[in-house]
Amino acid sequence: MSSTSSSPLHLAVALDGTGWHPASWREPVARPRELFTAGYWADLVAEAERGLLDFVTIEDGLGPQSSHFLDPDDRTDQVRGRLDAVLVASRVAPLTSHIGLVPTVVATHTEPFHLSKAIATLDYVSTGRAGLRVQITARPTEAAHFGRRTIPRIEAYDAPATQDLVTELFDEAADYVEVVRRLWDSWEDDAEIRDVTTGRFVDRDKLHYIDFEGRHFSVKGPSITPRPPQGQPLVTALAHDTVPYRLVARATDVGYVTPHDTGQARAIVAEIRAEQERAGRAAEPLHVFADLVVFLDDDPAEAAARRDRLDALAGEEYRSDARVFAGSPAQLADLLQDFQASGLTGFRLRPAVAGHDLPAVTRGLVPELQRRGAFRRAYEADTLRGLLGLSRPANRYAAV
Amino acid sequence: MSKPQKQIHLAAHFPGVNNTTVWSDPRAGSHIEFSSFAHFARTAERAKFDFLFLAEGLRLREQGGKIYDLDVVGRPDTFTILAALAAVTERLGLTGTINSTFNEPYEVARQFASLDHLSDGRSAWNVVTSWDAFTGENFRRGGYLPQDERYARAKEFLATTGELFDSWQGDEIVADQSTGTFLQDAKAGAFVHEGRQFDIQGRFNVPRSPQGRPVIFQAGDSDEGREFAASSADAIFSRYAALDAGQAFYTDVKSRLAKYGRRADQLLILPAASFVLGDTDAEAEEIAKDVRRQQVSGATALKHLEFVWNRDLSGYDPEGPLPDIDPDLGENHIARGRAQVRMYRDPLATAREWRELAQANNWSIRDLVIETGNRQNFVGSPATVARTINEYVQADAADGFILVPHITPSGLDAFADQVVPLLQEQGVFRTEYEGTTLRDHLGLALPHSRLRSSGGTPIDEAAGTARAAS
Repeated sequence: MSSTSSSPLHLAVALDGTGWHPASWREPVARPRELFTAGYWADLVAEAERGLLDFVTIEDGLGPQSSHFLDPDDRTDQVRGRLDAVLVASRVAPLTSHIGLVPTVVATHTEPFHLSKAIATLDYVSTGRAGLRVQITARPTEAAHFGRRTIPRIEAYDAPATQDLVTELFDEAADYVEVVRRLWDSWEDDAEIRDVTTGRFVDRDKLHYIDFEGRHFSVKGPSITPRPPQGQPLVTALAHDTVPYRLVARATDVGYVTPHDTGQARAIVAEIRAEQERAGRAAEPLHVFADLVVFLDDDPAEAAARRDRLDALAGEEYRSDARVFAGSPAQLADLLQDFQASGLTGFRLRPAVAGHDLPAVTRGLVPELQRRGAFRRAYEADTLRGLLGLSRPANRYAAV
Repeated sequence: MSKPQKQIHLAAHFPGVNNTTVWSDPRAGSHIEFSSFAHFARTAERAKFDFLFLAEGLRLREQGGKIYDLDVVGRPDTFTILAALAAVTERLGLTGTINSTFNEPYEVARQFASLDHLSDGRSAWNVVTSWDAFTGENFRRGGYLPQDERYARAKEFLATTGELFDSWQGDEIVADQSTGTFLQDAKAGAFVHEGRQFDIQGRFNVPRSPQGRPVIFQAGDSDEGREFAASSADAIFSRYAALDAGQAFYTDVKSRLAKYGRRADQLLILPAASFVLGDTDAEAEEIAKDVRRQQVSGATALKHLEFVWNRDLSGYDPEGPLPDIDPDLGENHIARGRAQVRMYRDPLATAREWRELAQANNWSIRDLVIETGNRQNFVGSPATVARTINEYVQADAADGFILVPHITPSGLDAFADQVVPLLQEQGVFRTEYEGTTLRDHLGLALPHSRLRSSGGTPIDEAAGTARAAS
């Protein structure tokens, strides 16, 4: 029994359709006909908030889901279709009061100007609980949905051309995040003055052109939206390799990684910390969360049986980039504390079946962690940054 | 036989970035906090309005190379606010302006289809166009459109999003947990669009929404804009709220519908209109005068003149006579990011006309701007305003009005409490919502998917239009 660490850890949950197992929609609790209603999402986020979780992420994509990494499939036996994640987050924001809301945004085909104001607005709507998860897409079919650029199909993962393409897409994502962050800072916090005597609504000296010039695009600024409540909403990214680790280290507040054991966790954290140091950010807080897919039942045999049953329905064993856990809340708490000892600061759990495993997290895992003194018993802050122990950043443009 | 009474449509425009919004009033609240939007939307819904309207601007306006600082500056993202408002209202329609120049059809279609799902069928899109490089500097697409191509792109943009909305029929998702069939059609969402502006194909990933597609608004006033509206819009956000001008616009636009195979009731004309209420007509007139002076400070008046003169006029006394020099012709480099600049197509003529007006009436610069612009449309006691609005609608100057209060966010409260009940007593405005979707409120039919289930090929909208016209 491991209880080496009892320092608080952070918990997020990743929401994706009816859950991460492709057959999850067939479970009686799954509500697949309600996937495209606000009520479905409101219920999930309310459950996560009941469990005092730090935040939820909401998956998204600019094309239909597929069982292939790069190509669409024509399957009719899995959930296909989804709503825009930023709008889902915004729709549930007024119904919640503490939990962070982190929708996925795709940097490859969208405008950083639009996304910057959308996330700033989500921060206003949620009074300081917004973030984003930046993602790239290398799918040629999704590029064809926009028709502005062609993305060559990746033929071999280890080919130099693949490396070049992935590096280019991540470089572009890094520029994208830079633009988004500069736009958030393009208004100083006290730019709105409403000075009746001079008739000036804003002090224009506190509004700043960002004048970003990059290889992929340039953006003038300032934003049309005043600086959001958190100053800088949370920026997060999922990373599996050196190039994305660099993006995590240089540009984000939280990185999600996928170690399968504590040795891997230690190595990944070391690599990210080294990149962070190289980027001159060593002193800045950066959370590294591990992603885990979870099947949770009080009886571990039940969790394993559920996994087998879903695999049988899907016709194949479920595989994931992240470690797949099936067991009891106590066993998961052990595992999280072991992983935490290798340098991780939190976890993003992917419920295999949202309707079952999310409540198992909030009503099973969370009380177990609380008993161990490893998780909060009440929300201790009003903003997402506050929950994560991150201070409100100074504005880069403000006169010193 | 008397004509049956028309039912009035009413909507509310959240006060935005312009000098009609009086931010200096002690009652003025935040224009950016969500609580302001929620207050405004709840008032509109309490009054059974058809919808709330949000404008958009994608670059802060500049004058003389500096960010314009006299009006409210800054606003939120349209989609994000409308989605959040869907959580605090149940029936109110949610209309947003979204530019077709600095967006791509796939993304905008996803956002509107998502908003329609998340609001149970209450979304509407005011399609606007832009061409200026000034705004384009904020976008990776960069550059801009030649002015004469903006409607070409807007038309094709709208047609393309229509094809995306129609790529789902609405019955594809069966989600049968026992048999394991989620989709009954493996090709749901398939689309191909090959055109001059867009050449895209693939699979749209949002299933058909409650309204099928958002209600389409159009706001342009040029001949092309009117034609675009007659062919493709469900409603027009017009600027002719006065009786005569309203009737002329109404007749003109409604007469264009037949050649597109459409009936007069398939396109609603909804002018933007401001109002001032008082206990008596005389009191309202006094308040209105005071509001106008607050809306047009001396500095604002000079800046307004610069739209036409295209010169720095900061040396002039706003309480003195108009400049006797002529406007600087050529591209307007003084005022950027302002729609008003385009309203004065002949600056020399406008300047001459204004000078003559000022001289004849002994008006200062500020008097002139107050007298020629921003005059409130409906001023009076609640009874007068209710009666006038109804007269205008029954006289076919409009099908209803989009009200623009001058105070954020409480500017609609008095109208909701005092004018709406009078319209309801007269039987010309609903006392309860009869339906749940915005199409229900506006009396618009649910569109059918134009994708035929047999072929799966979208009928080209332009070709369909041409056939209907011939």
